[in-house]
Amino acid sequence: MTGIIALYIFMLAAFTGYEVISRVPVILHTPLMSGSNFVHGIVLVGAMVALGNAHTPLEKTIGFIGVLLAAGNVVGGYVSTERMLEMFKTSQDKRKGGQA
Amino acid sequence: MSASASLTHELIQAAYFIAALLFIIGLKRMSSPKGARGGIVWAGIGMLIAGLITFLSPGMRNDILIIVAIFVGGVAAWWSGKRVPMTAMPQMVALYNGMGGGAAAAIACQELVHGRPFAPAPVVLAVAGAIIGAVSFSGSLIAFAKLQGLISRSLRYGAQQAVNSLVLLATLALGGWIVARHGAAPLSVVAAFFALALLEGILITLPIGGADMPVVISLYNACTGLAVAFEGFVLGNAAMIIAGMVVGAAGTLLTQLMARAMNRSLANVLFSNFGETAAAAGEVTGSLKPIEAPDAAVMMAYASKVIVVPGYGMAVAQAQHKIWELCQLLMDRGVTVRFAIHPVAGRMPGHMNVLLAEAGVPYDLISDLDEINAEFETADVALIIGANDVVNPAARADKSSPIYGMPILNADKAKNVIVIKRGKGAGFSGIENALFYLDNTRMLYGDAQKAGAELIQAVKALE
Repeated sequence: MTGIIALYIFMLAAFTGYEVISRVPVILHTPLMSGSNFVHGIVLVGAMVALGNAHTPLEKTIGFIGVLLAAGNVVGGYVSTERMLEMFKTSQDKRKGGQA
Repeated sequence: MSASASLTHELIQAAYFIAALLFIIGLKRMSSPKGARGGIVWAGIGMLIAGLITFLSPGMRNDILIIVAIFVGGVAAWWSGKRVPMTAMPQMVALYNGMGGGAAAAIACQELVHGRPFAPAPVVLAVAGAIIGAVSFSGSLIAFAKLQGLISRSLRYGAQQAVNSLVLLATLALGGWIVARHGAAPLSVVAAFFALALLEGILITLPIGGADMPVVISLYNACTGLAVAFEGFVLGNAAMIIAGMVVGAAGTLLTQLMARAMNRSLANVLFSNFGETAAAAGEVTGSLKPIEAPDAAVMMAYASKVIVVPGYGMAVAQAQHKIWELCQLLMDRGVTVRFAIHPVAGRMPGHMNVLLAEAGVPYDLISDLDEINAEFETADVALIIGANDVVNPAARADKSSPIYGMPILNADKAKNVIVIKRGKGAGFSGIENALFYLDNTRMLYGDAQKAGAELIQAVKALE
């Protein structure tokens, strides 16, 4: 990837992030922080590549720690976000749930 | 590149593209309560695709090690994430976020330990990502420890800012050296560089008080995103750049929103010692007028509109279920009940909504500050439970008050105010609350859970 293409990606992604969040109601801020926390768990992919290319024991150790931490980020981020969002229901949802 | 290797490469790139798309759609869906649950599932599918396809990357070794690391880290996070009570969610977000920052730093560390020469742009971003990721890692761990109650006091000393600046300068100097050597620096320099970056994260976070911690956690969330994007550039991975940058921007915006809701600038949060110097201000005249549960119950049962203002005190007492039960009784009697949530109620913006949702309160009964503030004038009773500074009218009127200018819920405009409170102590900021001394305010002393149960009994007795 050339530097200038990467620069475009940096810029467009930054605006995307800003726009996507700017319309979020306050009631969702905590789950959203947790959700965005999950999204940067994509670092797992990089950590896997790093460990996958490790040769010496030192490199393997560092790579292992990286994948371990990244996996914690991914799974923890998913579980906590999902638990929070699952609870958001309207009065109507509740009534429907009661009849079912 | 052979035909099959080229195909694999295309396949991997396509999978990363789909993952990035799913992340953005997922985040977008999380912006409304209706689609929010689906949002995290979409993002989750994206993550699964990206993770699985990475095993096909050219030259991948150590498959077993990778699987073991994912398994151990994943199971530990799954176990803790499922068990943690909703009140402790903010510190868990901090913990998981810190792990992401640590992973980004580990990627940089491994690249630098490798010792192969870098081009100028990648080495700058690798080093920058390493600093940001390492600070986010150690800082988030301190934030976790503080909110979890493992560290109870905030470490402050005279030359603190000077020491922090010095450590930061030293970190940058070593980083600069590594950049100047195109990433081929001696192992000892790399080790010292990371040690200093980790130390800086600890030093910055230690003096910050518990009340400001949500802003800091949000900031570190944005930092991790940025570090991930930088390391993504080093690895030539577009999915990491996009996802990391989206989170970096979103997290920055979220941090600003939080700081504004608390009437604090980010610089103020990071570099000032709020809560220790502020306690002196705020003389209040008048007296506290107690009320018993049966009288408070009558007041609410015969009201036409009750607005409940919950604070973190309610969550600590685990009283949200009792309060919701009370509200349902009132609604059965024809009383209009609304919940008013201050942006910083709980420990993070939106935290209180999560806690109420856990108790089963439908979100259409919950209003935020802008929606509800005009309605207090038409309310017969404002019921304050475990909230303090966010309803202190001094923020509107008293220029000498440290919280002057902070947006508050205008509970004092209601015809009657009932405050459920454990004791006579001041709020998180250490400021006396003028609301408690108003003529139309009554204090219902006691644990929120017990007071809620008494109110339920009393309302039931009215049938």
